[in-house]
Amino acid sequence: MNSHSPAGSGVSTKYDVARIREDFPALRRTVKGQSLVYFDNTAATLKPQTVIDTITRVYSDFPANVHRGIHQLSEEATEAYEAARLKAANFINAGDPDEIVVTLNTTDSLNHVCGSWGEANIGPGDEILTTEMEHHANFVPWQQLCLRKGAKFQVARVLPSGQLDREDFDRKLSERTKLVAVAHVSNVSGVVNPISELAAQAHRVGAVFVADCAQSVPHMPVDVQALGADFVSCSAYKFLAPFGVGLLWGRKAILDAMPPYRTGGNMIHSVSTEKTRFNVAPHKFEAGTPSIADVIGMGAAIDYLQAIGMQAISDYEHELSRYMHEELLKLPGLSIAGDWFPGKPAIASFHLDYAHPHDIAQFLNEEGVAVRSGLHCAEPLHCSLGLSSTTRASLYLYNTHDEIDRLVAAIRTVEEIFA
Amino acid sequence: MDLKTLYREVILDHYKTPRNTTPLSAPSCEADCRNPSCGDKVRVQLRLDDGLVSEVAIIGNGCAISQASASMMTEAVKGRRVVEIEAVMEEFRRMVMGAGSEADREVLGDLMILEGIARLHARVKCAMCGWSALDAALNENGSDVNLDEDTELPASSQH
Repeated sequence: MNSHSPAGSGVSTKYDVARIREDFPALRRTVKGQSLVYFDNTAATLKPQTVIDTITRVYSDFPANVHRGIHQLSEEATEAYEAARLKAANFINAGDPDEIVVTLNTTDSLNHVCGSWGEANIGPGDEILTTEMEHHANFVPWQQLCLRKGAKFQVARVLPSGQLDREDFDRKLSERTKLVAVAHVSNVSGVVNPISELAAQAHRVGAVFVADCAQSVPHMPVDVQALGADFVSCSAYKFLAPFGVGLLWGRKAILDAMPPYRTGGNMIHSVSTEKTRFNVAPHKFEAGTPSIADVIGMGAAIDYLQAIGMQAISDYEHELSRYMHEELLKLPGLSIAGDWFPGKPAIASFHLDYAHPHDIAQFLNEEGVAVRSGLHCAEPLHCSLGLSSTTRASLYLYNTHDEIDRLVAAIRTVEEIFA
Repeated sequence: MDLKTLYREVILDHYKTPRNTTPLSAPSCEADCRNPSCGDKVRVQLRLDDGLVSEVAIIGNGCAISQASASMMTEAVKGRRVVEIEAVMEEFRRMVMGAGSEADREVLGDLMILEGIARLHARVKCAMCGWSALDAALNENGSDVNLDEDTELPASSQH
């Protein structure tokens, strides 16, 4: 399909990171006179050439709207757009491509569930249960819905280790709970929640289960049928795809029963002055013209990831994670939010007892190392762990051991200045 | 001046030993400023005597730029008339926000050393934290400024 077949494709079993890095043009640039070390992958990843080329091809060859025209260009655009949906379905093992709703990002995906299912099903006296480790995207919509509906917003605690407090979760889950929303992987501590167990517990009390998979889908094989959730959300630009694309997976029967979240173009079956009949899912949720080239670009990103293999990516990242944690914890005055555990994703949100995260990020940037500082849209978790803010290094399939050494050396320059 | 030199020669001195940090027992006015996205926080207390700031105190925590800028602010305002301070505040804001035209050296004096902050766009809010608290203390005694909110919006449209 393209000239940039990634390393790991074909019969070779060795993970060839040097070959993978060649596919990412941004890795050829410099920052402050040094080669870029990009460790802000939890926020957004770099894009491989095949994704960039795909976007260009859409705009060059068939820059037409989807689902409308009978003309050739529109048919080609529609075919490529729906092919991308099918790839997404296959990527997360959805049983049916009609269960894949294209959104803008995870926040948008979760607002679909909140604004449609939540508005229709949550009432006074009901409860919604989430956790302290959520990204604000999986926290604020539920909190606000509860305030609007007179429902009770329950938040399960996290332990000092960063792990979910299962006893507190069990205590707060009851017959009154109508919806449970939990991250698969924390974007700060990297904690991996046992989604299938939690979803089974939620189902036993008759609650719907929402899994925020923004930090799992890019980094490990995710099978939505095995997870056992009713809704799954993720952001495609966190798995090499263009900006402006997110995904919502929902069980077909639930999606079919839900009212549309937004109304207008594309999502209708027929419209008269008296009434409107809506299209079927997923189209009834995709109101207006989507970001077509970006969605098709997501298809190319999925092809790229699947050619390497999600298990191979996950194994490689676990090795990077082990090395990063080992090296970081050798540094004096450094602590990491949440305890280490085997198989921890390659996310380290750290604290230095001699410098503030903003100053750290500023000086790491001077060394060409891109990290994020602040609360990472997870203020309740920082509060619970007693941290005012952290500096986060988050890695992806193209990062290397040498780059981890660059991070450690850069932190030493901060130590030199501040300590 | 490069970043390391700026930190080494100015910012770290004020960060590690901030000036005027003894809380005032009976301030004429005070205000808080916080930047929730990073936890920067500065409270400014003033004693006013006949249109003059006779005493100033800051209580805060946060990044080096936020705390150093607030510390330098206290040195710039202590003993000066409120009308002069208003001019310094305005000029400092123009400088760190990169207003384009050259900052007025006569008005800013030693504060000119923070000129380089204008290039660090993500840090402008940090540098402004103490100054926003000062502005609020002088003009809206007792208020609590939140730098994450769009302060240009009328309060009624923020909800």
